[in-house]
Formats: sequence, C-alpha cells, structure tokens
Amino acid sequence: METFDPAELPELLKLYYRRLFPYAQYYRWLNYGGVVKNYFQHREFSFTLKDDIYIRYQSFNNQSDLEKEMQKMNPYKIDIGAVYSHRPNQHNTVKLGAFQAQEKELVFDIDMTDYDDVRRCCSSADICSKCWTLMTMAIHIIDRALKEDFGFKHRLWVYSGRRGVHCWVCDESVRKLSSAVRSGIVEYLSLVKGGQDVKKKVHLSEKIHPFVRKSINIIERDFERYALVDQDILGNKESWDKILALVPETMHDKLQQNFQKDHNSLQRWEHLKKAISKYQSNNKNDKCGPWLEWEIMLQYCFPRLDVNVSKGINHLLKSPFSVHPKTGRISVPIDLQKVDQFDPFTVPTISSICHELDAISTNEDEKENGAESDIKRRTRDYKKTSLAPFVKVFEQFLENLDKSRKGELLKKSDLQKDF
Amino acid sequence: MEFSGVKRRKPRLVDNQKNACYPHSLQFYLQPPSENISLIEFENLAIDRVKLLKSVENLGVSHVKGTEQYQSKLEAELRKLKFSYRENLEDEYEPRRRDHISHFILRLAYCQSEDLRRWFIQQEMDLLRFRFSILPKDKVQSFLKDSHLQFEAISDGEKTLREQDLIASSPSLSAPSPTQLDLESVYKIPFADALDLFRGRKVYLENGFAYVPLRDIVAIILNDFRTKLSKALALTARSLPAVQSDERLQPLLNHLSHSYTGQDYSTQGNAGKISLDQIDSLSTKSFPPCMRQLHKALRENHHLRHGGRMQYGLFLKGIGLTLEQALQFWKQEFVRGKMDPDKFDKGYSYNIRHSFGKEGKRTDYTPYSCMKIILTNPPGQGDYHGCPFRHSDPELLRQKLESYRVSPAGMDQILDLVKGTHYQVACQKYFEMTHNVDDCGFSLSHPNQFFFESQRILSGGKDLKKESSQPDTPQAKQGVQKTKDASSALASLNSSLEVDVEELEELLQ
Repeated sequence: METFDPAELPELLKLYYRRLFPYAQYYRWLNYGGVVKNYFQHREFSFTLKDDIYIRYQSFNNQSDLEKEMQKMNPYKIDIGAVYSHRPNQHNTVKLGAFQAQEKELVFDIDMTDYDDVRRCCSSADICSKCWTLMTMAIHIIDRALKEDFGFKHRLWVYSGRRGVHCWVCDESVRKLSSAVRSGIVEYLSLVKGGQDVKKKVHLSEKIHPFVRKSINIIERDFERYALVDQDILGNKESWDKILALVPETMHDKLQQNFQKDHNSLQRWEHLKKAISKYQSNNKNDKCGPWLEWEIMLQYCFPRLDVNVSKGINHLLKSPFSVHPKTGRISVPIDLQKVDQFDPFTVPTISSICHELDAISTNEDEKENGAESDIKRRTRDYKKTSLAPFVKVFEQFLENLDKSRKGELLKKSDLQKDF
Repeated sequence: MEFSGVKRRKPRLVDNQKNACYPHSLQFYLQPPSENISLIEFENLAIDRVKLLKSVENLGVSHVKGTEQYQSKLEAELRKLKFSYRENLEDEYEPRRRDHISHFILRLAYCQSEDLRRWFIQQEMDLLRFRFSILPKDKVQSFLKDSHLQFEAISDGEKTLREQDLIASSPSLSAPSPTQLDLESVYKIPFADALDLFRGRKVYLENGFAYVPLRDIVAIILNDFRTKLSKALALTARSLPAVQSDERLQPLLNHLSHSYTGQDYSTQGNAGKISLDQIDSLSTKSFPPCMRQLHKALRENHHLRHGGRMQYGLFLKGIGLTLEQALQFWKQEFVRGKMDPDKFDKGYSYNIRHSFGKEGKRTDYTPYSCMKIILTNPPGQGDYHGCPFRHSDPELLRQKLESYRVSPAGMDQILDLVKGTHYQVACQKYFEMTHNVDDCGFSLSHPNQFFFESQRILSGGKDLKKESSQPDTPQAKQGVQKTKDASSALASLNSSLEVDVEELEELLQ
C-alpha cells in the first residue's frame, strides 16, 4: 500500500472528492427517501479545512449542491450533525430560540484510548492487531443489544480511521429519541465505571441481568486468545498485581506463590479461578460478590462508551467516507457479517485509492472512446478501487432502509385505506 | 373554570352520574374541572390542598415512605381534610370532586417559578404514589384502562417463555418456585416509556419492549405523571397573566404559595400575661432558635436593625406582650446602648405603636410565620433575623446548637435535615431535643406555635380548650371557627382559622 503523506492531502482530497466520494449513496442515505420535507436541507454538516479552519452550520439543497461545495472547499474532515428546524446555513436569520435541533441518528463512539488501563501492547492513539480484538468484542456486544434488546434495525458500523469505531442507528423512531432516552440507553450499555483513581471498575449484583449474561458469553469466546495470550494479562508481576488488586486481600499471598511457579497467563488464570471459587464457597456474605471472575473479564474486555457523544441531539460526529487527516484512512463501513475478519490495517488510505485510480485511468485513457459522460465515469470510479467492497456494504445498508420505509408506507396507506 | 360571586350552586347529579364522573379514588388530573364554584369554596379548597401537600412533605421527611406509620398518618390527614384516598368507600363523590378541583387551583399558584413547580410536582407525585399503593389489585387494571395508559398485559404463555429472563431482570421478582410470576401480571410497553427502569437494567428488554411486572409499573406511571404535570405547569404559566388579571383571584394566587395555613397567633387572649423579667429565661426555655438569637443579639448589642425588630417585636406581641410592655422593653434596651431616650421616642416608638395597629392605617400586624421568615428578606451583614436553619452556615449553626446544649446525635439529624432543606422539621427536631420528647406532636410552621407548644409541655400539658387561662402561663385560646363572607376572606389570606370577631374587637381597644 502507498504510504500516506499528510502533506499531499490537498491534492489527494481534490481527486477523492471529484472522482471517488460516493455522493449518490451518501445522499440516498441522508435524504431518507424524501419522505419528510426538507430533511436533507435542514441537516447540519461541519467542515474542517486546511490549517484547522472549522466551519459549522453548513447545509445543502440537494446532492449536486453538496458535491459542488465539497469540491470547492476540499474539507480535510466532514462531520454530520442534527436535522434542525430551519436550514442551518440560515440559522442567523432565525428568531432567537426558534432554531432547534430536532432529530438525529443515535450514535456511539468507541475509542481505544479509553482502554489504556487494560491494554499492554499500545497506548493512546496507537492500535495493533492484538488490541483490535477489543473493538471486535465491542461491536458484537453493543450490536447484539441494539438489535435484540432495543429492536433497532438499521445500524451502520464505521471504522473511525484511526483508533476506534462508530455506530449510527438510523431507524426512524430512533432519530426522534430525546436526549434523556439516549442517555438511558448508554447507561443500560455501561458496566465499566470509574476513572484513574478507581481500581475496581466493575461490580455485579446478585442477579445477573440477561444483557450482562449475554455480553459475558460473547467475551468468553475470545477471552483466552485475547487476554491470556495476546495481552498476556498475567504475564509478569506488574500486570498480575493489577488483577490481584481486583480480588480480596486474603487471596493474595497464596496466589502470588502460585503465580511465581506458573509459566504463563493461562496457568495463572486457572489458579485464579480455583482460588476464587474456593473463596466464594467459604465466604458467602462477604463484601465481594459471587461473580468475581466475570468482573475481571468485564473490566478487561467490556466496551467503554462516551456518553457525551450519544446523548446530545446536536452532537457532531465524523462522517462515513470522511478521510482521517493523520492516517489517511477512509472511514469505511464495517460488514457486520465479517466483523471478526475486519482488519483496520488493510483499510484503504486515500493515497492508495488515488494511486489505484491513477493506474487504472492511464490504462483506460488508452482505450478511451470519449462517448461516456463525466458523471457516468465518476460513478464507476470508486468501483475500480479497494473502496468498492465498502461502498457495497453501505449500499446493502441503504437497501434495508428502503425496504423498511416501503413497508411502513404500505402499512400507513393500508390504515388510511389509500388504494 | 367559571367563577361566580353568587352563593354556591352544587350541580345536582344523580348517584350513578356522580360515580361516572369520578370512577376512581385517584386520577391523573388530565381534564380540568368545568363547573361553577363560589370564591369561598375556591379559596377553601386551595387552602385545604396546600395543607394536604405540606403534610405529605412533612410525613415524607419524618417517616420512610411506604411504611405503616407513614401510610396511616397520611390516610388520617386525607380523611381529615376530606380528600379522596381509598376505593370502595361510601359517598366518595364529594372528596373526589374536592381533590380534582383543588389540584387544578393549585396549578395556578405553583406554576410561577421553578422552585414552586418542583415542590408541587414532588408532593403530588408522593400523594399519587400513596394512593396507587393502596389500590386493590383488581382495581389496578381498570384504573389503568380508564386512564388510557397503553399497558398491555402479556399472556401466561408468553410469561412462561421468558420466565428466567424476567426473574433475572426485575429486582422486585424473586427466584423460582411456582412464583409470584404466575400470580403477577407482566406488562409489555415500548422501552422508551420505561426509562427509569431500563437505564438501570432493572427490567427485561426484548425487541424494543420492556416487560414490566405490576409492581414496577408504579415507577413508570409516576414518571409519566411527572412529565405530563411538568408540561401542564409550563403551559399554565403561559396563560397565567390572563388569570391574574382577574382581580378576584390575583391576591389569592399571589399569596397562596407562601401562605401560612395555621393559626396566625395575632391574638392570644393572653395579653399581659408575661412580665418583662421573664423574657430572659423564656428565651432559653421556650423560644425557637430564631427568636432566641434575636433576643441575645438585642441584649448584647442593645440594638437591632429593622428586620430584626419586626420579626422579634411581632413575636413578642404574639406571646403576650402589651403595647406598654413592648415600649418599655425596647426603650430600656436601646437606652442601655447609650441611645438618647428622646431619640427613641421620636424614632422607634412610633414604629412599635404602628406594629400594634395604633398608628397609620391601624393594621394589627401578625407575627411572621416560618414560611415568611424563611422565604422573604434574607439577613445581611449585621442582621440577626431570619431562620438559623435556613440562613446560617452549617458550621456556625452547629456551634450555635452546641451552645444550646443539643446532643451530638441530635445535631447530626438536624444538620441532615438542613441539608435536605427541611428547615422547619429541623427546628422541630431541635424542639424535641431540648424538651426531651420523642415526637413533638405538631407540625411546626410558626415561631409562636413553638413557644406555645413549649409552654404547654413545661406546664404539664394541660388541656387548653377546657381550662380558662392560668395565671402566669400564657396560653392561646383556640379561635372559634366562623365563616366570614367572601370579601373579608380574601382580605385576610394568612389565616384559615377565623378568630371570634367579638374577642378581636375587645383586644384591639
């Protein structure tokens, strides 16, 4: 893959926005079938331009308008905001207090930095194949809950371009949810609580809610490989001390002894499990609950959400197919059928796809017969690059939205007896 | 709602029509009342409901909600004030009607500020919670249905299918054995309607629905009630200017939320029963902290600023000081502070006479109630008036109470109550500690009430109604309740127990 040089962004973005960005599909998404008047026109976008110039309250009349502006401004980053009561680009003309955010998709942002206390391989903005499993587990756990518990049907998962994933829940009823309910959903999905000064971040009560139980089942699938092998969480004294801090003191001495003798995390985990069950059968009413083993697993593997991203209706989040200015990677949709195979390091960068396009174009120019219109060519350009499969995933998502919409309209017209 | 100044016209309804109006002992107040009532009834209903809500507040603070004690006391209060509370009682039309109308009247008064709204909503919710909790099981479903709430009970088959999950999700359901679950209904509602339950993972969610057992339905209902009432109050506030422009209602509505609804202690029938040299000892034995602190400041500084003179001066009048005694009392103290006696006569005695109703428009000012002291005219630098529980820094309050010999255990309780803004209950606690009783037996709302109750205990708690006044022990005569006509009822908004008119005239000679 071409190495990405941020200095080349202006040139690369020009090409990207002219020939590769999937405008048609993008518009199809945000227009939501044109069922609600002005839904697209009242949507806020924000652009981050070269030299960190940030402009909010951008809005567009239609797909063509959007295309022209993006090509003109060449944004380094694009964020999507809420659908407002008025066109965002006219918000200054609206009476004070009347300009209100009305609807927006429910979004989640899972960021690898939030796991720094439990991953040994990387820290802050870095990621590697060893810790990426955290994202995989997070997607499985959250997506299952959104689908099975909350009944949300249209969930788009997107790679953020560097160190995390985003989820966009686009169901019609979900876009209308209040801030309070969004907060409540995040709360439902949260288990890891506490910042740096809190050692033990997961406490389970006597009764295990089905959500917790199902999440643990998902973690158990990957725990051995991820935690005991890749992360090696009991690999040395420094790391196993951290885990001992999560279990009652009376267990420490014996465990330290055993850990010294054991050779690897797998063996130590076995010893830990044995010690825990022995302790629990002897100390029924102690401060420590009956689920110690699970609490440790959850602290090391359970997703960590940022409530601020999800609760605000007017919150702006990075757009799918936006470019990450530092890594050059495109924020691509993730195929839910193939989550476990998703590898962030094989996600195309803007330089690589521009390069691919160049190579193909030179070939084509030789065969060029000049009859094709510019637009037609452009709409197939992305298909010739590694971006294609990701656009396909996006299109599948849009198909489902369309199907749902048609179903709803049919239901409504049946009720009204419109034949 | 229409208001007529004419004598009360009760709508003539036949029995089953009456029952149809109010099929249940509780309601969500979705429809405003639409009959005509007199101004007197308007005022009385409002005052009664304020009394009720204040009891709800007090009981909620002094007892754990839902316990036997709490419930029986609240029920007694409802019965006393003739509001509805229980199903299957005879003649329930009138109490339910009163309940309905009084709620809507209070919306007018309590929509006016954020604090008032919050208070009103909190008490109404507690009241609804109580009434719902005593609904018999068979009535619950019909009540829900009549209130148009979309709670659909799931079939037994569906219950069994999800049994494990239901038990694991709901804290209120305990584990197996032919269960509870078999007996109790489970309702399927859209998850967003069960916010308080699902956010804490206290309910089972499946495909966008929450499966809520009956006992948890209450939380949802209350949430729904709170949302609706909150919106209604906001709407009411917007229409308020139109209502307030009605001259008949404006004074009532303005005062209602601050209204003190007990005795006003303006006339005790005990004037002249205290001698000035008793005041020092009375201040430590029977004065509430607010007055004790004023008295101490007066003795130490030989002066009090206007706010303090008003609050303390009227209190002294309420405990029985005559005008002559008052003039002597204040003059003596101020002169000790090197004030010129003539200056006192010129500057201060007029005001004292004024507050006794002997000057100017001759209003006989009534001693301030706790509400008035807590809510209006906060003390500034150099002031000693106000309510110590409300206006003192907690640390200073602690020191002060320590100097009054309050025990450490009592201290903690008092400070907790203060933290929870229950100032009058904190003062009650102080009363209990200093008089060595477990339960003071009254709901404190007036400094003179504190004094009166204190004297009662210290003098052996003799029954006051039967005995005539005892020498050297100031006692209050319970005023005879007489209905006044509409105009004077509106004028004297601070009282609900009317005093015998003849007695009043006598005392003002």
